[in-house]
Amino acid sequence: MAITRETVEKVALLARLKLSETELEKMTEQMGQIVGYVDQLSEVDTEGVEPMAHAVEVTNVFAEDVVAESLPREQALSNAPSSNERGYLVPAVLGD
Amino acid sequence: MSLLDRSACQLLADLKAGEISSVELTQASLDRIEAADEKVGAFLQQSGRAALAAAEQIDVRRAAGEQLGILAGLPVAVKDVLCDSTTTTTCASKMLANFRPPYDSTVVAKLRSADAVLVGRTNMDEFAMGGSTENSAVQLTRNPWDLQRAPGGSSGGAAACVAAGMVPLSIGTDTGGSIRQPAGLCGVVGMKPTYGRVSRYGLVAFASSLDQVGPLARTAEDVALLLEAIAGHDPRDSTSLEEATPAYSQSVSKPLENMRIGVVKEQFATGLNSEVETAVRDAIAVYESLGATVKEVELPHSKYGVAAYYVIAPSEASSNLARYDGAHYGHRTDQAEMMAELEAERKQLSESGDQRGLDNLDTPLIRMYRRSRAEGFGPEVKRRIMLGTYALSAGYYDAYYLKALKVRRLIRQDYDKAFEDVDLIAGPVTASPAFKLGEMVDDPLAMYLVDLYTVSANLAGLPGLSMPCGFSEAGLPIGLQLQAPPLKEQRLLKAAHMYQQTTDWHTRRPPET
Repeated sequence: MAITRETVEKVALLARLKLSETELEKMTEQMGQIVGYVDQLSEVDTEGVEPMAHAVEVTNVFAEDVVAESLPREQALSNAPSSNERGYLVPAVLGD
Repeated sequence: MSLLDRSACQLLADLKAGEISSVELTQASLDRIEAADEKVGAFLQQSGRAALAAAEQIDVRRAAGEQLGILAGLPVAVKDVLCDSTTTTTCASKMLANFRPPYDSTVVAKLRSADAVLVGRTNMDEFAMGGSTENSAVQLTRNPWDLQRAPGGSSGGAAACVAAGMVPLSIGTDTGGSIRQPAGLCGVVGMKPTYGRVSRYGLVAFASSLDQVGPLARTAEDVALLLEAIAGHDPRDSTSLEEATPAYSQSVSKPLENMRIGVVKEQFATGLNSEVETAVRDAIAVYESLGATVKEVELPHSKYGVAAYYVIAPSEASSNLARYDGAHYGHRTDQAEMMAELEAERKQLSESGDQRGLDNLDTPLIRMYRRSRAEGFGPEVKRRIMLGTYALSAGYYDAYYLKALKVRRLIRQDYDKAFEDVDLIAGPVTASPAFKLGEMVDDPLAMYLVDLYTVSANLAGLPGLSMPCGFSEAGLPIGLQLQAPPLKEQRLLKAAHMYQQTTDWHTRRPPET
């Protein structure tokens, strides 16, 4: 499937990446090559094959429903680029 | 002869016998790093003082007759992708340049409780994405056998520091060959255990269904020792297997009898360097001389391994790396600069009356995400996030992601069938010895194809081991890969040990660095 510049721009927004003009151009070409390569998967007859999402197909693992200690707020916030004593700070989400 | 020329098992015996102290050994390791790492670049940071303090503690406890852990006093290097609360964990990325994890990974905690001395954090491809360590945002690592060549990757630092004799033991991670490939290119032993054998708790995630932590060292016995220290069930990793950890270090020296070795014909087809082919065939002949029977087996879907891998791994990566949002931890773009940019764009669009442009302007929050991630991630990480996002996006999910998962099952079924007839599969690790630095940096697809022989074990979840089996005329190490059914690490280790008892490739040392 051909990768167009428009596709790359759309995917960059979905991926929350900002690509420069040069990056967009290079990414379009390289993604085209790589997707072209992985397209060979379509040759394989997978009729009736169950997808395998995991190497070890374990079933649900349950933990005892008991209260345990969790990471203290101060530690959880210790790597935050911006925070107050209660939580993470980000640019305004609604309005200006 | 330097202390560090001895194997970890030998050093352990010397420590127990009181012939050397851990302080002495740790100092020798730090001195060697100081002397050689300027050229090799294996370490992102060393913990000199903390390491010596830990070593001293162990010596004191030993003198007091205390019961010590199985790695007591041995220097160990850790790839900078496993959380250690005493220092930064950077994944060789600008994104995490200042990240100090609030907790220890299970593997780091197990190393500490085994009384290992953690001497430093090794370089890697950013977020473990790559096969040459050139994607590190921090520095290049050079192959100790030829400083113009790559050490492989992504655990390039982990393999190079063992090859250069800086540490006897080292921890790496392997998502598509990232332990076995650099081990092969640097002439050391490296193992990717069965998926689930070693806990991934506190391992910074790349592709969660493929990532596995494993040991690197110069001998099979040393790899067995280190694996024993880090393996085991962990309730904090729900994919961790509830299997008892065998005493690998005890069983490794028991030879295998009536060994049946499988050889995959396609692995010796076009594209395989002739020196590699000769060395690998010679190694298989060594096994025959040790009583093994060799049988051809078929893995018909393995040729699609790289294609399936480069759909599945980027898909998982795009999801895993969504956590780097500039809000919780990691790099955030400069907010004042960002707001100024937004204002300038808005002004320009309203002056030209471009209502559509105005409607499509990224909000401050989206803009913060996009700029932070654009600044924090390097080109390969961006490429994989883009590929994964594409493969998972509406309209392409069935054609790429789901299809790749089906091919993954076929690859696993091929292995299951092959292992009905053989105990191990032997073959090359890479198609050629170490390549030159810079050779493939502008050709991502060529770089991806280096993983041809290693990705299938990750897709299938099997254990695999790589060890030196010869040298090219130019003096570069050549690796042999052994693969086994799930949970048969002991079989791999025993087979590797048998080989090392008969050959001396593992005793060769790189030219003085």
